[in-house]
Amino acid sequence: MLVVGGGPAGIAAAVSAAQSGKRVAIADDNPALGGQIWRGETIHSDPSARAWISQLRESSVELFPGARIFDQPAPGVLNAETMDGSMVFEYGKLILATGARERFLPFPGWTLPNVMGAGALQALAKAGLPIQGKRVVVAGTGPLLLAVASYLNQRGAIVVAICEQASLATLGAFGLRLFEHPGKIAQAWGLHRELARVRLLTSAWPMAAVGNQILESVVMSVKGTQQRISCDYLACGFHLVPNTELAALVGCRLEGGFVQVDELQTTSVPNIFCAGEPAGIGGVDLALVEGQIAGLAASGHGAAAEKLRRQRAKLQSFARSLEKTFQLRPELKRLAAPETIVCRCEDVTLSQLQPHGSWRAAKLQSRCGMGPCQGRICGPATQFLLGWTPDSVRPPVLPVKLRNLTSESHQPKGELTSVM
Amino acid sequence: MPEQIAVTVNGSLVVVAPGTSVAAAMMRAGASCRTSVRGEPRGPLCGMGICFECRAEIDGILHSRSCQILCVAGMNIKTDA
Amino acid sequence: MNAATYDVLIVGAGIVGAACALECARRKLRVAVVDLSTIGGGATAAGMGHIVVMDDSDPQFALTRYSQQLWRELRAELPDEVEYVECGSIWVAADDEEFREVHRKQAYYTERGVPVEVLSSGDLEKAEPNLRKGLAGGLLVPEDGVLYPPCAARFLLEKAQERGATIHLGPPVVDIGKGRIRRADGSELDGGAIVNAAGAWSPELTPGIKVRKRKGHLVITDRYPGFVHHQLVELGYLKSAHSVSSDSVAFNVQPRRTGQLLIGSSRQYEADHTEVDHGILARMLERAQQYMPALAETSAIRVWTGFRAATPDKLPLIGPWAEDSTVFLATGHEGLGITTSLATARLLTDHLLGATSAIAREPYLPSRTGSMEHAHA
Repeated sequence: MLVVGGGPAGIAAAVSAAQSGKRVAIADDNPALGGQIWRGETIHSDPSARAWISQLRESSVELFPGARIFDQPAPGVLNAETMDGSMVFEYGKLILATGARERFLPFPGWTLPNVMGAGALQALAKAGLPIQGKRVVVAGTGPLLLAVASYLNQRGAIVVAICEQASLATLGAFGLRLFEHPGKIAQAWGLHRELARVRLLTSAWPMAAVGNQILESVVMSVKGTQQRISCDYLACGFHLVPNTELAALVGCRLEGGFVQVDELQTTSVPNIFCAGEPAGIGGVDLALVEGQIAGLAASGHGAAAEKLRRQRAKLQSFARSLEKTFQLRPELKRLAAPETIVCRCEDVTLSQLQPHGSWRAAKLQSRCGMGPCQGRICGPATQFLLGWTPDSVRPPVLPVKLRNLTSESHQPKGELTSVM
Repeated sequence: MPEQIAVTVNGSLVVVAPGTSVAAAMMRAGASCRTSVRGEPRGPLCGMGICFECRAEIDGILHSRSCQILCVAGMNIKTDA
Repeated sequence: MNAATYDVLIVGAGIVGAACALECARRKLRVAVVDLSTIGGGATAAGMGHIVVMDDSDPQFALTRYSQQLWRELRAELPDEVEYVECGSIWVAADDEEFREVHRKQAYYTERGVPVEVLSSGDLEKAEPNLRKGLAGGLLVPEDGVLYPPCAARFLLEKAQERGATIHLGPPVVDIGKGRIRRADGSELDGGAIVNAAGAWSPELTPGIKVRKRKGHLVITDRYPGFVHHQLVELGYLKSAHSVSSDSVAFNVQPRRTGQLLIGSSRQYEADHTEVDHGILARMLERAQQYMPALAETSAIRVWTGFRAATPDKLPLIGPWAEDSTVFLATGHEGLGITTSLATARLLTDHLLGATSAIAREPYLPSRTGSMEHAHA
């Protein structure tokens, strides 16, 4: 059994599957396990992460960090690029736990250096970017903003403001719904205290990032009035979009942009399972439960998985209220000006895209989506702004060295032998 | 104290802690990572290896995703600015 | 729904249909162009955009040379996004046998007024340092160029629209004949003449024409400015294009103005699906790496496939269709659609108007026999 993705869902799936005695491995594109939410030191400091990692260490799961899967040349066979070469995985069962990425919406100045995603600034800080004493505006939407603001605050950054596009009323309603999820209350209360001195602005979104070659200040719209805030970093992300490219490549059906799964996390392909964000954005707790269900189901222990159904149902209900709360407001469609770049790989502006009736026509005529990100950044933006759906996925699902597309390169290297 | 790592960014020496990514090292040095098609300076956007805005030349290899690569002593990092 | 009447109905808004639309409109014909939702969505979207003079046969030379000159005349009008660059082609000879072919081509082209230059092994190294050492040399054809086909097709269609042509995108055309086009939603368009410029799909509209799908693969890399300067084609390309039955690959690399490298080429007959064929892709790239080893380390960002419209004698079908006096063909261009689109449009419109053509047009007539059964050596 191969698990693709070493975040919470993937770790839970692998640990659960390994209990059966079958040969299990995790492949992850990052140099270290943890995915996004357990990135860096968090995997050691977060109690839940520590518990799962400890189980993982005690299990027989084989780990392949830094393996970037890019193609399925035949059923049951996956090609991956590694730091110094490539390798082949053969699987009997596949569990996709490929997580999610931030949604980016274009606005004037969003391409300035030091404007980045919310999770992105946290990831960079964890990877050595100094943030102590730096002024940061956190903006966009979603619970990630609070988590990021809390992290930055703890490490000495000056979080000048958190700008959430949802309205206070919407957040209030969400807050009330938290009472249905007691575990979340403690989490929310902890964050609330942590961020007590940080300004939380609601009905707030960026109108422009300003600076000469680099970010100097942001202009925020706050309940209809404009505020200029000088800052070193703008950490701005509009919630999450699922990483479904690999699932689509291997033939899984998507519904509403998510991987369609049944009660046992089985996709439309009988030996392929999916857990966590690609099956529906729901956060770490849901990812852990779905990961366990997928691991048990894949290893033939579907009955044991039944016991987790109630937990999943509850967490899915929480996830649904999360989605509703952080829905994007229509005002955000007007953030981009005609000359605002939408496709950053090819520098295609909104005005160059608007004349076209579909993603494909726009892509052919403007080259939007033809760059190395393969539409992962501009795709969700154009979907929101223009209602376009991206076209089907082709290999390689991420850029790879040309030699990895030839047959000579796929020899197992060193101790990284394939097969499971 | 863990041993610090020295790398060069566009010829300038930058000293970082182990576990620092090349992207973080470049940002510390005040360098943007790449220049866009229209000549704009760009830095990392997603921080997780998906946006490709952090591409830089690392030890002679163009288009390396600097946010996914950890600094190694003696690394020669160049932007296309 | 009323059927409007046009002089010419063109099925296919790819490079050939677009060129025909402009030429017809220029000569005062009332034109309607019909296609699916995206203009240039077939081979025009998938192909390399190489403008190249070819000498497989005298008629192929005549058509490609005529059309290449038409592109050169048009270049000043082409907008920036068409990315026209006269980078020239180099036919690469790997060994002495292929180098003899270089001399043969040089003589052939020189006799016909095409400027060419023979490159020795050393000249080739200087011209293209990323080619592997030890190649025999090559032939430089400086007037060959490259462009970005989807924008070129759009430019031609817009020019046609300025002259009154109309474009009707939407439901697929299901039937053509007797001066009428019928689409899947039941709508119809009437015209004096119908031009089948539907490329790989043209036999579906005109059953019996000898056009077959010939699948190709292409790979594009990230930007490596200065990596390659000319369109490079191995002389073994001719062996690939010659083969009428088997799968084949040949070394073919194009510099895009962006600095990206476009790498081909492959040819398959018995492949009807659009999926990437891993085996032939691997072979194609291995061949490319043999000629340019440094390609191995480049970042390949996208792979795609497309279908060329191939005929048995490697010449397109341009002219009237004997079975229906209202139907004309402009299809079967294989890998030379971009190159020969403008000349095709000239000849096609000459047919429609009963005008004389700048070159002999018999070799491209749909009614030609004999050569359609045997491949031209």
